Amino acid sequence: MFPKPIATRSSSYQLFYKIALPIALIFWLLPLLAIFMTSIRSSVDINTGNVFGWPSQFLLIENYSEVFKRSQAILYLKNSFFITVPTVVLSVLLACLAGYALAIYRFRWSLPIFFIFVAGNFVPFQILMIPVRDMSVSTGLYNTIMGQVLFHSAFQTGFCTFFMRNFIKELPFELIESGRIEGVGEVKIFLYIVLPLVKPALAALSVLIFTFVWNDFFWATVLTQGESVKPITAGVRSLNGQYVNNWHLVSAASLIAAIPPVVMFFLMQKHFIAGLTLGSVKQ
Amino acid sequence: MRRSNYPNYSTAIYLKNKLAISPWLFLMPGIIFFLIYVIIPIFQSIWVSFYEWDGLGQAQWVGLANYVELLDDEYFYTSLKNNFIWLVLYLLAVPLGLFIALFLNQIVFGIRFYKSLFFFPFVISQVVVGLIFSWFYNPNFGLLAHIFTSLGFEPIAILSDENLVTYGIIFAGLWPQVAYCMILYLTGLSNVSRDLMEAARLDGAKGWKMLWYVVLPQLRPATFISVVVTVIGALRSFDMVAIMTEGGPYGSSNVLAYYMFETALSEYGFRLGYGSAIATVLFFIMLIYITYFLFRLYKNEKGA
Repeated sequence: MFPKPIATRSSSYQLFYKIALPIALIFWLLPLLAIFMTSIRSSVDINTGNVFGWPSQFLLIENYSEVFKRSQAILYLKNSFFITVPTVVLSVLLACLAGYALAIYRFRWSLPIFFIFVAGNFVPFQILMIPVRDMSVSTGLYNTIMGQVLFHSAFQTGFCTFFMRNFIKELPFELIESGRIEGVGEVKIFLYIVLPLVKPALAALSVLIFTFVWNDFFWATVLTQGESVKPITAGVRSLNGQYVNNWHLVSAASLIAAIPPVVMFFLMQKHFIAGLTLGSVKQ
Repeated sequence: MRRSNYPNYSTAIYLKNKLAISPWLFLMPGIIFFLIYVIIPIFQSIWVSFYEWDGLGQAQWVGLANYVELLDDEYFYTSLKNNFIWLVLYLLAVPLGLFIALFLNQIVFGIRFYKSLFFFPFVISQVVVGLIFSWFYNPNFGLLAHIFTSLGFEPIAILSDENLVTYGIIFAGLWPQVAYCMILYLTGLSNVSRDLMEAARLDGAKGWKMLWYVVLPQLRPATFISVVVTVIGALRSFDMVAIMTEGGPYGSSNVLAYYMFETALSEYGFRLGYGSAIATVLFFIMLIYITYFLFRLYKNEKGA
């Protein structure tokens, strides 16, 4: 272990470390703590400049329900869910199939296709923006939930395929081989041998894609107009425009937008980190 | 004998054909989606960059005129320069992430909880991070202004200062990116070989020497991924700029990604051809890194 385990150090050093830890954390999360403190203040506090002193009133429930009352936050959240969840299902499904094909079969195009998926995943969004928007307008997918789902699914398929292919390649090939010798069909091998083994990868990918897509702002701006199909990220931004000098409400709205991915992260932490760090351990 | 050989022989032929066709069946849905939404649009964008087009009327072929115009566009140069600043400063996330990872790589009570809280900023949307920092920098009631005033200084309006604004946004962007690099390094650190460390320790290595000669070489995969995701993140920077300044004041915090959007889709005009030219430039800059990444991946595949 590096650095040297703390337990082997002197007791004063250990004490120092245990005190330094929470202090460092508070500094690290200071912007977040501050915005939380703002989100429970009254507008009087904000206007009189009492932004860091003790709040004159604690308005946790009042402020947060005010956001829901005065804005379309419910609609935005609902849109975010209806964009994010189908995208997760669709992109992971497509990537399972493609990743399986690229990992298991040996054919000449296997590596080039794999590289195209990887490369596509890294391109700047702007090089896709005009054609994708244009196509969405002409097919009636502009300003719809479906339009956003289809785009995100297609784009995330690049990363997901990269991920699934590498994961499936690590599985013992003999399992598939023996299935084939037994005369099990290719689809059945996929369904009954491979799929159960990649469950951890499915979990990891799902949380990652959920977070990526939930936090998307660019495509929400490019593929929607008006409020009806906007996700919460774009919604919070337009609230920011409306609520000038109502920082307590903007703060509350921001934190509402952040809650679902944060909850997801805490519930599925192991999978989330496993997904994010795949490939950084062995290269 | 013959009877038992026969089915095997036909199975072999069947298997051979099945194995040639099956991968394409599995690949087809993914490939179709990816072609329509990612691969073809790249070429369409490059194609559009040779036109003057407002998105509604007839597009007019102008050849390289958009690119020639870029050469004289001071906003383009500002954006390019800012992208470069982003790239260089954003890479600080890698050593900073390593630093925090080393700090947290201990076994004490509650350390897992600390690790996840340090990782927190990465999970939050960049929109929210941008809003948090806009507020943090606010010269009237932001946290920073408060700190300045309490130290007896005049607060600085960082986001309205042409010379400071880009640095202010990058600083905000570093927050989640450091968290990302940290988690990559924490995973890497948990896989550092004990044997090598023991051997080095017997040779008298410790502290900085141990880190530089024994630990860091083993962390190379983590460093590689950190650098890749940070470079891509720096060149993709859009959300933070859009939320915090919209490229202002006077275009001084613009980056290529946002300038492209502004040119093509904002109230400043619908110049889709010109926007595509900017996007194409950004794409080719990115392509350098993508090629490098694929090259590494290729070497890796051949080695495996």
